[in-house]
Amino acid sequence: MDLDALAALVPDGAQLALVPDNSLSPGAFARALVRRGVRDLRLIGVPVCGYATDLLIGAGCVAEIETSAVTLGEAGMAPRFTAALAAGRLRVVDATCPAMHTRLQAAEKGVPFMPLRGVLGSDLVAHRPDWKIIDNPFQSPGAGGGDPILLLPALAPELAAFHAAMADEEGNVWVGRRRELATLAHASQQSLVTVERRVPGNMLDDERLAPGVISGVYVTAIAVAEHGAWPIGLLDEYGYDAAHIALYAKLARTEAGFAEYCARFVNAPGDPSVTILAAE
Amino acid sequence: MSGTSNELLLIAAIARLITDPAAHPARHVAVGAASPIPAAACWLAKMQGADIRLALLHRPRGNPFTEGTRELFDLAGQGRIDLFFLGGGQIDGQANINLIGTGAWPGTAVRFPGSFGSAFMYLTVHRTILFREEHSRRVLVPRVEHISAPGVSPAGTFRRGHAQALVTGRCVFRFDPGRARFALASLHPGETRETVRAATGFDYDEPAGIANTAGPTEAQATILAGPVCDAMIETYPDFCRRVWGRGAKENGGKEEAA
Repeated sequence: MDLDALAALVPDGAQLALVPDNSLSPGAFARALVRRGVRDLRLIGVPVCGYATDLLIGAGCVAEIETSAVTLGEAGMAPRFTAALAAGRLRVVDATCPAMHTRLQAAEKGVPFMPLRGVLGSDLVAHRPDWKIIDNPFQSPGAGGGDPILLLPALAPELAAFHAAMADEEGNVWVGRRRELATLAHASQQSLVTVERRVPGNMLDDERLAPGVISGVYVTAIAVAEHGAWPIGLLDEYGYDAAHIALYAKLARTEAGFAEYCARFVNAPGDPSVTILAAE
Repeated sequence: MSGTSNELLLIAAIARLITDPAAHPARHVAVGAASPIPAAACWLAKMQGADIRLALLHRPRGNPFTEGTRELFDLAGQGRIDLFFLGGGQIDGQANINLIGTGAWPGTAVRFPGSFGSAFMYLTVHRTILFREEHSRRVLVPRVEHISAPGVSPAGTFRRGHAQALVTGRCVFRFDPGRARFALASLHPGETRETVRAATGFDYDEPAGIANTAGPTEAQATILAGPVCDAMIETYPDFCRRVWGRGAKENGGKEEAA
């Protein structure tokens, strides 16, 4: 399956979970989604998101987003996210990072909810009718009552997408130390994964690779996309392209600049990640 | 301290707070994204002999976690993170922080990035140092417009720790959670009680003896320019170049190629 065929598996209106810019975010896949012209996505930031999300919002692909933050890191605020929110074109549901993880952890266990400490007293709670507070039913007798605690509903995203280093013949993918992606894949109904390369055999037969493997049980479809994280980095294989993110942040400040970015880096023939990295 | 950059002053001030013997011991400290000054302060304290395990979340190599931030939050939930750093688009006199924005929810006037893990970490870690370089009435407000994370909690609500202090580009404030109130602790060079009062939107206590914030000692400056810079240069190349004049140009001319 190629990158565009993978992007074609995302229907309009789909709920799609994306990951932060330090956690194998799928840059090439996001650009393929823009080229495909997907509409009305409901994005989930696990637990925050960055470049891919801002690009999809700027291209008019997104109806709503639930996330704990949208950020371009050192390059600052995510400009198209900010503009869409200000213009009322984007429904934003705010969360806090551990709440996103906890909701996925509930889904991977198949339980309807999970408690989380903290958060009480944040205005987030008042804006989340789907979050509930109960008194801890397990507090020790004579503790004096109370002990309110937050309950979060399980979240099983329709789709998750990320970029892994390798896929093997069994459909397993390797994410190295970024094992938080295993929780995401376990919880999601389908996972769409781009990889740098395919490798022969079964990585689960290798004791050293196995801890970084996400079993093919959880992987719906795989496409090879060389340099597919770019401009995001990939483990120890290539670094985060801070200069390109800074350029994106600068151009995306205006609609016209964003259109220029898309013309140069998204809609140009082939995905730019290959040619740009090859030129270095 | 002529010749001491503002960054070095802030690093020294934060390092003193980290190793404050009166505070909860900082054995396991986590530092989030875009925080070179707190990260440098942690390295300084560690390299001066403090028994600190330092978890730098954005370290591209040798990242401390094998389950990303999920692992960080699980550690904090158990009480195994002693100290964390938070900032805010707005911070008020009760140490509430706002990372949502201004105007109607969810920040329709000015949007900030979002709350990140603040709503959880502020209550589950043993202490927090608030750090925001911009010290103005725009940032330090009487009351934040939205609370991402509360400065204090009612009795009966689970909470391990609070803000220890707020460090800005003008001064250090100490926070008293019992009174939910800041007190001016030290003034950076060039600042006076009056300039700080004029730039601060919230009310705070002003004790009689206010020290001047001390910059790094000569020994500290040597450690900072040497091993601390070495430890940080891969994660924060621009910062290291700006503060210590070391390191290759981060962009490497790539913007041209892009």
